[in-house]
Amino acid sequence: MANFTKHEFDVLVVGAGGAGLRAAIESAALGAKTAVVMKSLLGKAHTVMAEGGAAAAMRNADDRDSWQTHFRDTMKGGKQLNYFRMAELHAKEAPDRIQELEDWGAVFDRTPSGLINQRNFGGHTYPRLAHVGDRTGLEMIRTLQDKVVHMNAEIFMETTITHLFKTGGKISGALAYSRTTGEFHLFRAKAIVLATGGGGKAFAITSNSWEYSGDGQALAWRAGAELLDMEFIQFHPTGMVWPLSVRGTLVTEGVRGEGGVLLNKDGRRFMFDYIPEAFKNDVAATEQEANQWVAEVAAGKRATVRRPPELLTRDVVARSIRAEVQAGRGSPHGGAFLDIATRRNASDIQRKLPSMYHQFKQLANVDITKEPMEVGPTCHYMMGGIRVEAETAMSTVPGLFAAGEVAAGLHGANRLGGNSLSDLLVFGRRAGWGASEYAKKESLGALSDQEVEAAIAENLSCFGRSSGENPYTVHRELQDMMQDHVGIVRIEDELKTALKLLDEFEKRVQNVHVSGARAYNPGWNLAMDLRSMIVISRAIALAALERRESRGGHSRIDYPDYDKQFSKINHIITNDNGKMVLRAAALPVVPEELKKFVEEA
Amino acid sequence: MSRSVLMKVYRGEQGKGGLLDYNVPIDDGMVVLDVIHRIQATDAPDLACRWNCKAGKCGSCSAEVNGKPSLMCMTRMDTLDQSKPITVEPLQTFPHVRDLVTDVSWNYTINKKIVPFTPRPKDADGKQRMYQYEVDRVQEFRKCIECFLCQDVCHVLRNHGKHEEFAGPRFLARLASLEMHPLDVADRLAHIKDGASVGFCNITKCCTEVCPEHIHITDNAIIPLKERVADRYYDPLQMLFRVLGGK
Repeated sequence: MANFTKHEFDVLVVGAGGAGLRAAIESAALGAKTAVVMKSLLGKAHTVMAEGGAAAAMRNADDRDSWQTHFRDTMKGGKQLNYFRMAELHAKEAPDRIQELEDWGAVFDRTPSGLINQRNFGGHTYPRLAHVGDRTGLEMIRTLQDKVVHMNAEIFMETTITHLFKTGGKISGALAYSRTTGEFHLFRAKAIVLATGGGGKAFAITSNSWEYSGDGQALAWRAGAELLDMEFIQFHPTGMVWPLSVRGTLVTEGVRGEGGVLLNKDGRRFMFDYIPEAFKNDVAATEQEANQWVAEVAAGKRATVRRPPELLTRDVVARSIRAEVQAGRGSPHGGAFLDIATRRNASDIQRKLPSMYHQFKQLANVDITKEPMEVGPTCHYMMGGIRVEAETAMSTVPGLFAAGEVAAGLHGANRLGGNSLSDLLVFGRRAGWGASEYAKKESLGALSDQEVEAAIAENLSCFGRSSGENPYTVHRELQDMMQDHVGIVRIEDELKTALKLLDEFEKRVQNVHVSGARAYNPGWNLAMDLRSMIVISRAIALAALERRESRGGHSRIDYPDYDKQFSKINHIITNDNGKMVLRAAALPVVPEELKKFVEEA
Repeated sequence: MSRSVLMKVYRGEQGKGGLLDYNVPIDDGMVVLDVIHRIQATDAPDLACRWNCKAGKCGSCSAEVNGKPSLMCMTRMDTLDQSKPITVEPLQTFPHVRDLVTDVSWNYTINKKIVPFTPRPKDADGKQRMYQYEVDRVQEFRKCIECFLCQDVCHVLRNHGKHEEFAGPRFLARLASLEMHPLDVADRLAHIKDGASVGFCNITKCCTEVCPEHIHITDNAIIPLKERVADRYYDPLQMLFRVLGGK
């Protein structure tokens, strides 16, 4: 019989990035006995990598802004596939959530009048991103971390959840293993909040770390929850492309927000050639107008002209860079040049973009105050994820909640930069509140030891076999396959091939062999994470195959345009006895009072 | 251009182990963490190391490379002398767990003892005002990525093992960030003097030297805290007033 330690909580939060910590703070503040488990150490979650800022219509830098404009921008950026209610709540509540961080000790950059400063970003009509240089995510996570340690919440570091349990159709617990010791823990809980982030590690070129294996989406789907909009993956236009070992590492959109321009190998500022019809009125028509915008913004003035086309939404910019490379006009290492050196003076660059300066200097031997960077698209963010109810963040499984990147709905087909950090705060809080309220009405569900032991046996099976594949090999090949067949541009044949190959990958994952002991064994840890990657990879490929159009973070070579029929539906993925099934669902109907903001777009 | 480098990597559990040799083919631009990952993917899938962001932002992959506390993800192989073997060892100041991983949980207990941020009342419009020139010095400390390299190198902890009494450079910088926060009204000086034992630091500046964020820990955090403690507790005039005032 397998050994495991039992714990009991009202609310179990899985993940300790912005959403998980914000959920735990809320849940504990409302009196629920709360635990947070995380795969890494506290304060290391993916949120620390967020650079540009958190979007909120605080009106500190431009008083023309409003929640309605933020709502409109979010819907427009999401190509109107967003769940409008989430976009509405997000736009309305984000300013309070940012202000609250300051009350907890965060030190944002300031406006001349002493308020939280806000910067411009792609797709946002006004300067809206509260920021700290280019390390906003670090500021946010440290603030939340220092808050949560003084709350009544128990913290389990370096702990991975592998199974969720249900009792009578409701969530009742989760199985975890400690990465440090390899020992198993059973968390019985009345409610569980998944805040595990995305799954970019299923792709070869990504800004995501090893943690991003899609655990939350996979756990939820296995537990019977629905996934939404899984075809939409954000390829951030600017990842590093050289040296190879840092390929994919993020280069903040803040570079373009501060005036950086994209050039092809001939020195042409090509973004002017790729302005979509729907955005024609939003961006500068000439270089002169774009330059004036930068000059005004750099001088701390309100912009009186339209923004440069480099600040179009991320999907547009990523596709444009790819098109330039395809046409043979790329940079030496297969990207585009991103130039800030000739646009801003060296001291501005070092002050506004210190970690970018540092990153390029140290990793690529490039001084960004003197030379252009080489950048190209990198898998960055999943718009899709667990389908949740906007107010409470509860999934379709009672007692199972989700917030942050693991959840879907807010961003539609494409996320605006800066809307992720505010998403974490707004819906992290709502999930913590929703879960603690739910837990008040529920009691702990009964769980049989046999069920837990079966799950443990499944986790240990890879040690038992004498032969089998190396998990690292399977992972690398899965990443290459997803990158090639389900990447930034897609086509029917390749998606069908991907789905067939995924059947094989699934068998290979079930048959990996792991050596060594359980304590801090990264090979075993990867073998566990691979099971999640298979689930999300299949969901992404399946939804991508069915959406026969191009929209936002989903581009089909065989269907290169918007399709009216698909503008009215979201794809929902369900679990039919272990088989992944997709259905199209009509978009929620936008109420009259919000319609005018949407139709303006 | 592919070539091989001899890596000597610490393998073992709970301090029992030694350096193992790995001959690793390397490519241009690789960092030490890439080499460790290559060893994992080929020779030793169970080689334990922490990492996350691989861009110097999370502070997870701290180790001692050729004896120097470093972030593996920001240490380029071409900055090291590849004609000699390159050693990679775990941090020495914390209890060893496995291979390159140490138990850094002590740091979290130290942080928990610090009185949290305590803001003054807000302005009438519900906002807080502070100016960039006021927050510049606080923001320097808040750049800290908690890699704990400063804790690792500090001889008060590393050689003298004063983990019970001394908070270490990381948390002195955190205390400084709170003490210098324009909105904060809590008084942490007694804790800085007796709980965190700022006096143990004798300003060798090793912490500043290893800080990957280039925070001037000694000059900008620790020395000002020492001055504040001296002003309150060791100023002879103030001491006289305290004696006379019966305090």
